[in-house]
Amino acid sequence: MSWSAEIRVRRDDFALDVALQGDAGVVALVGPNGSGKTTVLRILAGAVEPDYAEIEVAAQVVASTAGGIDVPMERRRMGYVPQGYGLFPHLSVIDNVAFGLSTWPHRLEKSERHARAQRLLDELDCGALAQRRVGRLSGGEQQRVALARALVIEPKLLLLDEPLAALDATTRRTVRRFLAEHLPSFQRPCVLVTHDVRDVEALATDVVVLERGQVVQRGTLEALRAAPASDFVAEFVGAR
Amino acid sequence: MRAPRLFSSIGGLLAATMVGLLVVPLLALAASASWADVQLGMAHPSFSAAIALSLRTTATSLGVTLLLGTPLAWWLSTSRGRLARVVAVVVELPIVVPPAVVGVALLQTFGRQGLLGPWLSLVGISVPFTPAAVVLAQVVVSSPFFVQAAANAFRKVDRDTMIVARTLGASKAGAFVRIAVPIAAPGLWVGASLAWARALGEFGATLLFAGNMPGRTQTMPLAIFTALESDVRLAVVFSLVLAGLGAVVLLGLRFLPGLRDRGAR
Repeated sequence: MSWSAEIRVRRDDFALDVALQGDAGVVALVGPNGSGKTTVLRILAGAVEPDYAEIEVAAQVVASTAGGIDVPMERRRMGYVPQGYGLFPHLSVIDNVAFGLSTWPHRLEKSERHARAQRLLDELDCGALAQRRVGRLSGGEQQRVALARALVIEPKLLLLDEPLAALDATTRRTVRRFLAEHLPSFQRPCVLVTHDVRDVEALATDVVVLERGQVVQRGTLEALRAAPASDFVAEFVGAR
Repeated sequence: MRAPRLFSSIGGLLAATMVGLLVVPLLALAASASWADVQLGMAHPSFSAAIALSLRTTATSLGVTLLLGTPLAWWLSTSRGRLARVVAVVVELPIVVPPAVVGVALLQTFGRQGLLGPWLSLVGISVPFTPAAVVLAQVVVSSPFFVQAAANAFRKVDRDTMIVARTLGASKAGAFVRIAVPIAAPGLWVGASLAWARALGEFGATLLFAGNMPGRTQTMPLAIFTALESDVRLAVVFSLVLAGLGAVVLLGLRFLPGLRDRGAR
Protein backbone atom coordinates (compact mmCIF):
# COMPACT_ATOMS: atom_id res chain seq x y z
CA MET A 1 0.00 0.00 0.00
CA SER A 2 2.02 3.00 -1.23
CA TRP A 3 1.31 6.69 -1.66
CA SER A 4 2.86 9.72 -3.29
CA ALA A 5 2.16 13.43 -3.26
CA GLU A 6 3.47 16.38 -5.21
CA ILE A 7 2.13 19.65 -3.83
CA ARG A 8 2.61 23.31 -4.64
CA VAL A 9 0.96 26.27 -2.90
CA ARG A 10 1.75 29.98 -2.94
CA ARG A 11 0.08 32.34 -0.44
CA ASP A 12 1.23 35.95 0.03
CA ASP A 13 4.58 35.43 1.78
CA PHE A 14 4.52 31.63 1.95
CA ALA A 15 5.38 29.07 -0.73
CA LEU A 16 5.15 25.30 -0.35
CA ASP A 17 6.69 22.97 -2.91
CA VAL A 18 7.12 19.37 -1.80
CA ALA A 19 7.19 15.86 -3.19
CA LEU A 20 6.61 13.01 -0.74
CA GLN A 21 6.11 9.28 -0.98
CA GLY A 22 5.93 6.27 1.27
CA ASP A 23 4.74 2.71 1.71
CA ALA A 24 3.06 0.97 4.62
CA GLY A 25 5.51 2.47 7.12
CA VAL A 26 5.59 5.77 8.97
CA VAL A 27 7.09 8.83 7.29
CA ALA A 28 8.04 11.53 9.79
CA LEU A 29 7.61 15.10 8.60
CA VAL A 30 9.80 17.43 10.64
CA GLY A 31 10.77 21.07 10.39
CA PRO A 32 10.74 24.39 12.22
CA ASN A 33 7.47 26.17 13.05
CA GLY A 34 5.88 27.68 9.96
CA SER A 35 7.66 25.33 7.56
CA GLY A 36 4.34 24.05 6.20
CA LYS A 37 4.01 20.64 7.91
CA THR A 38 0.37 21.04 9.01
CA THR A 39 -0.51 22.55 5.63
CA VAL A 40 0.86 19.42 3.93
CA LEU A 41 -1.36 17.21 6.12
CA ARG A 42 -4.41 19.39 5.45
CA ILE A 43 -3.78 19.30 1.71
CA LEU A 44 -3.46 15.50 1.82
CA ALA A 45 -6.74 15.37 3.78
CA GLY A 46 -8.37 17.67 1.21
CA ALA A 47 -9.07 20.51 3.66
CA VAL A 48 -6.80 23.04 1.95
CA GLU A 49 -6.89 23.62 -1.78
CA PRO A 50 -3.40 23.68 -3.31
CA ASP A 51 -2.40 25.51 -6.49
CA TYR A 52 -1.04 22.25 -7.85
CA ALA A 53 -1.34 18.69 -6.57
CA GLU A 54 -0.79 15.17 -7.80
CA ILE A 55 -1.74 12.87 -4.95
CA GLU A 56 -2.10 9.13 -5.27
CA VAL A 57 -2.92 6.81 -2.38
CA ALA A 58 -3.26 3.02 -2.67
CA ALA A 59 -3.36 3.22 -6.46
CA GLN A 60 -6.17 5.78 -6.44
CA VAL A 61 -5.67 9.34 -7.64
CA VAL A 62 -7.31 11.58 -5.02
CA ALA A 63 -6.09 14.89 -6.48
CA SER A 64 -4.68 15.72 -9.86
CA THR A 65 -4.45 19.25 -11.16
CA ALA A 66 -3.40 17.92 -14.57
CA GLY A 67 -6.25 15.39 -14.65
CA GLY A 68 -8.85 17.76 -13.17
CA ILE A 69 -9.46 15.40 -10.22
CA ASP A 70 -10.19 16.56 -6.68
CA VAL A 71 -11.80 13.85 -4.56
CA PRO A 72 -13.73 15.60 -1.76
CA MET A 73 -12.53 15.20 1.82
CA GLU A 74 -15.32 12.86 2.83
CA ARG A 75 -14.40 10.37 0.11
CA ARG A 76 -10.59 10.36 0.47
CA ARG A 77 -10.49 7.91 3.41
CA MET A 78 -7.72 9.78 5.20
CA GLY A 79 -7.46 9.20 8.95
CA TYR A 80 -6.68 12.64 10.34
CA VAL A 81 -5.63 13.26 13.95
CA PRO A 82 -5.02 17.01 14.38
CA GLN A 83 -2.87 18.63 17.05
CA GLY A 84 -5.68 19.26 19.56
CA TYR A 85 -7.20 15.86 18.60
CA GLY A 86 -10.44 17.52 17.36
CA LEU A 87 -12.68 15.25 19.45
CA PHE A 88 -16.41 15.99 19.28
CA PRO A 89 -17.13 17.42 22.74
CA HIS A 90 -20.88 16.76 22.65
CA LEU A 91 -20.49 13.02 21.99
CA SER A 92 -19.39 10.14 24.18
CA VAL A 93 -16.15 8.27 23.42
CA ILE A 94 -17.98 5.44 21.66
CA ASP A 95 -20.00 7.89 19.52
CA ASN A 96 -16.81 9.77 18.62
CA VAL A 97 -15.18 6.56 17.44
CA ALA A 98 -18.33 5.30 15.70
CA PHE A 99 -18.88 8.62 13.86
CA GLY A 100 -17.01 7.45 10.76
CA LEU A 101 -19.37 4.47 10.49
CA SER A 102 -22.47 6.67 10.62
CA THR A 103 -21.87 8.55 7.37
CA TRP A 104 -22.92 7.62 3.87
CA PRO A 105 -22.11 5.51 1.92
CA HIS A 106 -20.50 3.36 4.65
CA ARG A 107 -23.25 3.87 7.21
CA LEU A 108 -23.88 0.90 9.51
CA GLU A 109 -26.67 0.14 11.97
CA LYS A 110 -26.06 1.73 15.37
CA SER A 111 -25.51 -1.62 17.13
CA GLU A 112 -23.00 -2.72 14.50
CA ARG A 113 -21.04 0.55 14.51
CA HIS A 114 -20.91 0.58 18.30
CA ALA A 115 -19.69 -3.04 18.29
CA ARG A 116 -16.91 -2.19 15.83
CA ALA A 117 -15.95 0.97 17.71
CA GLN A 118 -15.85 -1.00 20.96
CA ARG A 119 -13.61 -3.67 19.41
CA LEU A 120 -11.20 -0.99 18.23
CA LEU A 121 -11.21 0.74 21.62
CA ASP A 122 -10.48 -2.64 23.24
CA GLU A 123 -7.58 -3.20 20.85
CA LEU A 124 -6.19 0.19 21.85
CA ASP A 125 -6.55 -0.67 25.56
CA CYS A 126 -9.22 1.94 26.23
CA GLY A 127 -12.44 -0.08 26.01
CA ALA A 128 -13.42 1.04 29.51
CA LEU A 129 -13.68 4.66 28.31
CA ALA A 130 -16.52 3.95 25.87
CA GLN A 131 -19.33 5.68 27.74
CA ARG A 132 -17.26 8.59 29.04
CA ARG A 133 -17.63 12.19 27.83
CA VAL A 134 -14.49 13.24 25.97
CA GLY A 135 -14.16 16.35 28.15
CA ARG A 136 -13.46 14.07 31.10
CA LEU A 137 -10.53 12.22 29.46
CA SER A 138 -6.86 12.77 30.21
CA GLY A 139 -4.54 13.91 27.40
CA GLY A 140 -3.25 10.39 26.78
CA GLU A 141 -6.78 8.98 26.70
CA GLN A 142 -7.91 11.67 24.27
CA GLN A 143 -4.98 10.77 22.02
CA ARG A 144 -5.98 7.11 21.95
CA VAL A 145 -9.63 7.88 21.29
CA ALA A 146 -8.66 10.23 18.44
CA LEU A 147 -6.49 7.49 16.97
CA ALA A 148 -9.29 4.93 17.28
CA ARG A 149 -11.70 7.34 15.59
CA ALA A 150 -9.28 7.84 12.68
CA LEU A 151 -8.63 4.09 12.33
CA VAL A 152 -12.28 3.00 12.39
CA ILE A 153 -12.77 4.03 8.75
CA GLU A 154 -9.79 1.83 7.76
CA PRO A 155 -8.00 4.82 6.27
CA LYS A 156 -5.76 4.51 3.25
CA LEU A 157 -3.38 7.03 4.81
CA LEU A 158 -3.08 8.03 8.46
CA LEU A 159 -2.20 11.67 9.17
CA LEU A 160 -0.91 12.41 12.69
CA ASP A 161 -0.17 16.05 13.50
CA GLU A 162 2.16 16.24 16.51
CA PRO A 163 0.27 13.51 18.34
CA LEU A 164 2.41 13.75 21.48
CA ALA A 165 3.03 17.50 21.69
CA ALA A 166 0.22 18.29 24.13
CA LEU A 167 1.13 15.54 26.61
CA ASP A 168 3.29 15.76 29.73
CA ALA A 169 6.65 13.96 29.67
CA THR A 170 5.47 10.77 31.39
CA THR A 171 2.30 10.39 29.33
CA ARG A 172 4.28 11.19 26.21
CA ARG A 173 6.59 8.24 26.87
CA THR A 174 3.63 5.94 27.51
CA VAL A 175 1.71 7.03 24.40
CA ARG A 176 4.88 6.86 22.27
CA ARG A 177 5.43 3.28 23.37
CA PHE A 178 1.76 2.60 22.74
CA LEU A 179 1.92 4.03 19.19
CA ALA A 180 5.14 2.07 18.49
CA GLU A 181 3.36 -1.13 19.50
CA HIS A 182 0.09 -0.50 17.70
CA LEU A 183 0.81 1.47 14.52
CA PRO A 184 2.67 -1.39 12.73
CA SER A 185 -0.19 -3.80 13.45
CA PHE A 186 -2.65 -1.60 11.53
CA GLN A 187 -0.53 -1.87 8.37
CA ARG A 188 -1.46 1.65 7.23
CA PRO A 189 0.85 4.16 5.64
CA CYS A 190 1.22 7.07 7.99
CA VAL A 191 2.55 10.64 7.89
CA LEU A 192 3.66 11.79 11.32
CA VAL A 193 4.38 15.46 11.98
CA THR A 194 6.65 15.87 14.98
CA HIS A 195 9.18 18.14 16.68
CA ASP A 196 10.74 15.36 18.71
CA VAL A 197 13.54 13.12 17.47
CA ARG A 198 12.47 10.45 20.00
CA ASP A 199 9.15 10.10 18.10
CA VAL A 200 11.13 9.46 14.93
CA GLU A 201 13.39 6.92 16.66
CA ALA A 202 10.40 5.04 18.05
CA LEU A 203 7.92 5.29 15.20
CA ALA A 204 9.27 6.30 11.81
CA THR A 205 11.17 4.49 9.11
CA ASP A 206 11.80 7.54 6.98
CA VAL A 207 12.25 11.25 7.70
CA VAL A 208 11.45 14.23 5.49
CA VAL A 209 12.76 17.60 6.64
CA LEU A 210 10.81 20.67 5.59
CA GLU A 211 12.16 24.21 5.84
CA ARG A 212 10.33 27.28 4.51
CA GLY A 213 8.05 25.05 2.43
CA GLN A 214 10.86 23.10 0.76
CA VAL A 215 12.21 19.59 1.39
CA VAL A 216 15.82 20.09 2.48
CA GLN A 217 16.63 16.48 3.27
CA ARG A 218 15.07 13.02 3.35
CA GLY A 219 16.22 9.57 4.43
CA THR A 220 16.60 7.43 7.51
CA LEU A 221 17.50 9.00 10.83
CA GLU A 222 20.95 7.43 10.55
CA ALA A 223 21.50 9.01 7.13
CA LEU A 224 20.42 12.41 8.49
CA ARG A 225 22.79 12.01 11.45
CA ALA A 226 25.64 11.06 9.16
CA ALA A 227 25.29 14.10 6.92
CA PRO A 228 22.85 16.75 8.14
CA ALA A 229 21.93 19.10 5.32
CA SER A 230 21.19 22.17 7.48
CA ASP A 231 21.61 23.60 10.97
CA PHE A 232 18.04 22.63 11.78
CA VAL A 233 18.62 18.99 10.75
CA ALA A 234 21.86 18.84 12.74
CA GLU A 235 20.12 20.19 15.83
CA PHE A 236 17.08 17.95 15.34
CA VAL A 237 19.06 14.71 15.11
CA GLY A 238 21.47 15.83 17.83
CA ALA A 239 24.51 15.80 15.61
CA ARG A 240 25.87 18.99 17.18
CA MET B 1 -6.57 51.82 54.68
CA ARG B 2 -9.22 54.53 54.91
CA ALA B 3 -9.06 55.59 51.24
CA PRO B 4 -9.63 52.08 49.80
CA ARG B 5 -12.50 51.50 52.26
CA LEU B 6 -14.12 54.79 51.24
CA PHE B 7 -13.61 53.89 47.62
CA SER B 8 -15.24 50.49 48.04
CA SER B 9 -18.13 52.04 50.00
CA ILE B 10 -18.81 54.51 47.19
CA GLY B 11 -18.49 51.72 44.65
CA GLY B 12 -20.94 49.58 46.62
CA LEU B 13 -23.42 52.44 46.86
CA LEU B 14 -23.23 53.11 43.11
CA ALA B 15 -23.67 49.42 42.33
CA ALA B 16 -26.63 49.17 44.71
CA THR B 17 -28.21 52.22 43.05
CA MET B 18 -27.83 50.50 39.68
CA VAL B 19 -29.51 47.33 40.96
CA GLY B 20 -32.27 49.47 42.50
CA LEU B 21 -32.90 51.24 39.21
CA LEU B 22 -33.28 47.89 37.49
CA VAL B 23 -35.37 46.14 40.11
CA VAL B 24 -37.58 48.77 41.79
CA PRO B 25 -39.74 49.56 38.72
CA LEU B 26 -40.45 45.86 38.27
CA LEU B 27 -41.35 45.49 41.96
CA ALA B 28 -43.58 48.56 41.73
CA LEU B 29 -45.28 47.03 38.72
CA ALA B 30 -45.85 43.74 40.55
CA ALA B 31 -47.14 45.55 43.65
CA SER B 32 -49.61 47.71 41.76
CA ALA B 33 -51.92 44.90 40.62
CA SER B 34 -54.04 42.54 42.73
CA TRP B 35 -54.84 38.97 41.72
CA ALA B 36 -58.40 40.14 40.93
CA ASP B 37 -56.93 42.81 38.58
CA VAL B 38 -54.87 40.14 36.84
CA GLN B 39 -57.90 37.89 36.33
CA LEU B 40 -59.97 40.80 35.08
CA GLY B 41 -57.22 42.02 32.75
CA MET B 42 -56.64 38.59 31.26
CA ALA B 43 -60.35 38.24 30.59
CA HIS B 44 -60.38 41.52 28.63
CA PRO B 45 -61.06 40.93 24.89
CA SER B 46 -58.03 42.94 23.74
CA PHE B 47 -55.73 40.75 25.89
CA SER B 48 -56.40 37.43 24.18
CA ALA B 49 -56.19 38.97 20.71
CA ALA B 50 -52.94 40.81 21.50
CA ILE B 51 -51.19 37.92 23.25
CA ALA B 52 -52.22 35.50 20.48
CA LEU B 53 -50.90 37.90 17.83
CA SER B 54 -47.68 38.48 19.79
CA LEU B 55 -47.01 34.76 20.23
CA ARG B 56 -47.89 33.99 16.60
CA THR B 57 -45.80 36.80 15.09
CA THR B 58 -42.81 36.29 17.40
CA ALA B 59 -42.82 32.54 16.63
CA THR B 60 -42.84 33.36 12.90
CA SER B 61 -40.16 36.04 13.19
CA LEU B 62 -37.98 33.68 15.25
CA GLY B 63 -38.39 31.01 12.56
CA VAL B 64 -37.37 33.49 9.85
CA THR B 65 -34.43 34.67 11.97
CA LEU B 66 -33.18 31.11 12.55
CA LEU B 67 -33.62 30.17 8.90
CA LEU B 68 -31.83 33.22 7.47
CA GLY B 69 -29.58 34.09 10.41
CA THR B 70 -27.94 30.71 11.01
CA PRO B 71 -26.17 30.45 7.62
CA LEU B 72 -25.23 34.14 7.87
CA ALA B 73 -23.75 33.63 11.35
CA TRP B 74 -21.76 30.60 10.14
CA TRP B 75 -20.41 32.56 7.21
CA LEU B 76 -19.46 35.49 9.46
CA SER B 77 -17.69 33.14 11.87
CA THR B 78 -15.66 31.36 9.20
CA SER B 79 -14.83 34.22 6.83
CA ARG B 80 -11.78 36.42 7.33
CA GLY B 81 -12.26 38.76 4.37
CA ARG B 82 -13.09 42.47 4.31
CA LEU B 83 -16.61 41.76 3.05
CA ALA B 84 -17.36 39.69 6.17
CA ARG B 85 -16.14 42.50 8.42
CA VAL B 86 -18.36 45.01 6.59
CA VAL B 87 -21.39 42.69 6.74
CA ALA B 88 -20.79 42.10 10.49
CA VAL B 89 -21.08 45.86 11.07
CA VAL B 90 -24.15 46.18 8.83
CA VAL B 91 -25.86 43.33 10.69
CA GLU B 92 -25.36 45.11 14.00
CA LEU B 93 -26.80 48.41 12.74
CA PRO B 94 -30.41 47.73 13.83
CA ILE B 95 -29.15 47.31 17.42
CA VAL B 96 -27.94 50.91 17.54
CA VAL B 97 -30.56 52.49 15.25
CA PRO B 98 -33.72 53.58 17.16
CA PRO B 99 -36.75 51.33 16.43
CA ALA B 100 -38.73 54.33 15.18
CA VAL B 101 -36.05 54.88 12.54
CA VAL B 102 -36.33 51.21 11.56
CA GLY B 103 -40.09 51.71 11.19
CA VAL B 104 -39.65 54.70 8.89
CA ALA B 105 -36.98 52.83 6.91
CA LEU B 106 -39.30 49.86 6.45
CA LEU B 107 -42.06 52.21 5.24
CA GLN B 108 -39.59 53.74 2.78
CA THR B 109 -38.81 50.22 1.55
CA PHE B 110 -42.19 48.49 1.49
CA GLY B 111 -44.58 51.49 1.52
CA ARG B 112 -46.67 52.38 -1.52
CA GLN B 113 -44.13 55.01 -2.55
CA GLY B 114 -41.17 53.02 -1.21
CA LEU B 115 -38.27 51.27 -2.89
CA LEU B 116 -39.95 47.89 -3.34
CA GLY B 117 -43.60 48.84 -2.66
CA PRO B 118 -44.59 49.65 -6.28
CA TRP B 119 -43.06 46.36 -7.53
CA LEU B 120 -44.82 44.36 -4.83
CA SER B 121 -48.15 46.06 -5.56
CA LEU B 122 -47.82 44.93 -9.19
CA VAL B 123 -48.14 41.32 -7.97
CA GLY B 124 -50.89 42.27 -5.51
CA ILE B 125 -48.77 42.37 -2.34
CA SER B 126 -49.06 45.21 0.14
CA VAL B 127 -46.98 44.77 3.29
CA PRO B 128 -47.47 47.86 5.54
CA PHE B 129 -50.19 47.70 8.23
CA THR B 130 -50.56 43.91 8.00
CA PRO B 131 -49.49 41.07 10.33
CA ALA B 132 -46.64 40.46 7.84
CA ALA B 133 -45.40 43.99 8.61
CA VAL B 134 -45.40 43.11 12.32
CA VAL B 135 -43.22 40.06 11.58
CA LEU B 136 -40.92 42.04 9.30
CA ALA B 137 -40.39 44.75 11.92
CA GLN B 138 -39.66 42.10 14.55
CA VAL B 139 -37.17 40.30 12.30
CA VAL B 140 -35.24 43.49 11.56
CA VAL B 141 -34.94 44.64 15.17
CA SER B 142 -34.40 41.21 16.76
CA SER B 143 -32.35 39.12 14.31
CA PRO B 144 -29.05 40.99 14.96
CA PHE B 145 -29.13 39.68 18.54
CA PHE B 146 -29.31 36.11 17.23
CA VAL B 147 -26.77 36.56 14.44
CA GLN B 148 -24.26 38.14 16.80
CA ALA B 149 -24.63 35.45 19.47
CA ALA B 150 -24.66 32.64 16.89
CA ALA B 151 -21.53 33.93 15.12
CA ASN B 152 -19.71 34.08 18.49
CA ALA B 153 -20.88 30.55 19.29
CA PHE B 154 -19.76 29.23 15.90
CA ARG B 155 -16.33 30.85 16.37
CA LYS B 156 -15.79 28.37 19.21
CA VAL B 157 -16.10 25.45 16.79
CA ASP B 158 -12.52 24.36 16.15
CA ARG B 159 -11.61 24.23 12.47
CA ASP B 160 -9.77 20.92 12.94
CA THR B 161 -12.87 19.36 14.50
CA MET B 162 -14.80 20.17 11.34
CA ILE B 163 -11.99 18.82 9.15
CA VAL B 164 -11.98 15.56 11.13
CA ALA B 165 -15.75 15.21 10.68
CA ARG B 166 -15.30 15.65 6.92
CA THR B 167 -12.48 13.10 6.75
CA LEU B 168 -14.78 10.68 8.57
CA GLY B 169 -17.26 10.88 5.71
CA ALA B 170 -19.54 13.79 6.66
CA SER B 171 -20.54 16.16 3.87
CA LYS B 172 -20.21 19.93 4.45
CA ALA B 173 -23.87 20.13 5.48
CA GLY B 174 -23.59 16.94 7.55
CA ALA B 175 -20.57 18.23 9.48
CA PHE B 176 -22.39 21.54 10.07
CA VAL B 177 -25.58 19.90 11.38
CA ARG B 178 -23.97 17.06 13.36
CA ILE B 179 -20.89 18.83 14.73
CA ALA B 180 -20.98 22.64 14.48
CA VAL B 181 -24.61 23.13 15.55
CA PRO B 182 -24.45 20.86 18.65
CA ILE B 183 -21.14 22.41 19.77
CA ALA B 184 -22.56 25.92 19.31
CA ALA B 185 -26.02 24.98 20.67
CA PRO B 186 -25.78 26.83 24.01
CA GLY B 187 -24.84 30.07 22.21
CA LEU B 188 -27.51 29.51 19.55
CA TRP B 189 -30.12 28.98 22.26
CA VAL B 190 -29.07 32.16 24.08
CA GLY B 191 -29.16 34.14 20.81
CA ALA B 192 -32.57 32.75 19.87
CA SER B 193 -33.97 33.56 23.32
CA LEU B 194 -32.63 37.12 23.25
CA ALA B 195 -34.00 37.64 19.74
CA TRP B 196 -37.40 36.27 20.72
CA ALA B 197 -37.54 38.46 23.84
CA ARG B 198 -36.57 41.52 21.79
CA ALA B 199 -39.25 40.70 19.19
CA LEU B 200 -41.86 40.25 21.92
CA GLY B 201 -41.09 43.71 23.28
CA GLU B 202 -40.89 45.41 19.89
CA PHE B 203 -42.93 48.63 19.80
CA GLY B 204 -41.64 51.60 17.80
CA ALA B 205 -40.98 50.00 14.43
CA THR B 206 -44.22 48.01 14.66
CA LEU B 207 -46.31 51.09 15.49
CA LEU B 208 -44.95 53.04 12.50
CA PHE B 209 -44.79 50.22 9.96
CA ALA B 210 -47.70 47.98 10.98
CA GLY B 211 -49.99 50.34 12.86
CA ASN B 212 -52.02 49.58 15.97
CA MET B 213 -55.09 47.68 14.80
CA PRO B 214 -56.66 45.42 17.44
CA GLY B 215 -56.75 41.81 16.31
CA ARG B 216 -54.63 42.53 13.24
CA THR B 217 -51.42 44.34 14.13
CA GLN B 218 -51.88 45.18 17.81
CA THR B 219 -49.23 43.18 19.66
CA MET B 220 -48.90 43.20 23.47
CA PRO B 221 -46.67 46.30 23.71
CA LEU B 222 -49.13 48.21 21.52
CA ALA B 223 -52.06 46.92 23.60
CA ILE B 224 -50.28 48.29 26.71
CA PHE B 225 -49.86 51.65 24.95
CA THR B 226 -53.57 51.71 24.04
CA ALA B 227 -54.75 50.53 27.48
CA LEU B 228 -52.68 53.22 29.20
CA GLU B 229 -54.91 55.87 27.61
CA SER B 230 -58.12 54.40 29.07
CA ASP B 231 -57.38 52.05 31.97
CA VAL B 232 -54.02 52.07 33.76
CA ARG B 233 -54.83 48.85 35.68
CA LEU B 234 -55.29 47.02 32.38
CA ALA B 235 -51.93 48.35 31.16
CA VAL B 236 -50.31 47.13 34.39
CA VAL B 237 -51.72 43.62 33.97
CA PHE B 238 -50.61 43.43 30.33
CA SER B 239 -47.16 44.65 31.41
CA LEU B 240 -46.97 42.02 34.15
CA VAL B 241 -47.72 39.27 31.62
CA LEU B 242 -44.95 40.50 29.31
CA ALA B 243 -42.53 40.81 32.24
CA GLY B 244 -43.47 37.27 33.30
CA LEU B 245 -42.73 35.90 29.82
CA GLY B 246 -39.36 37.66 29.89
CA ALA B 247 -38.60 36.20 33.32
CA VAL B 248 -39.43 32.69 32.07
CA VAL B 249 -36.94 33.12 29.20
CA LEU B 250 -34.27 34.41 31.60
CA LEU B 251 -34.81 31.57 34.08
CA GLY B 252 -34.72 29.08 31.22
CA LEU B 253 -31.37 30.48 30.07
CA ARG B 254 -29.91 30.41 33.57
CA PHE B 255 -31.19 27.15 34.91
CA LEU B 256 -31.85 24.66 32.08
CA PRO B 257 -29.38 22.00 33.26
CA GLY B 258 -28.00 20.79 29.92
CA LEU B 259 -27.63 24.34 28.68
CA ARG B 260 -25.88 25.57 31.78
CA ASP B 261 -23.39 22.67 31.88
CA ARG B 262 -22.51 22.85 28.22
CA GLY B 263 -22.35 26.62 28.20
CA ALA B 264 -19.88 26.52 31.04
CA ARG B 265 -17.58 23.95 29.50
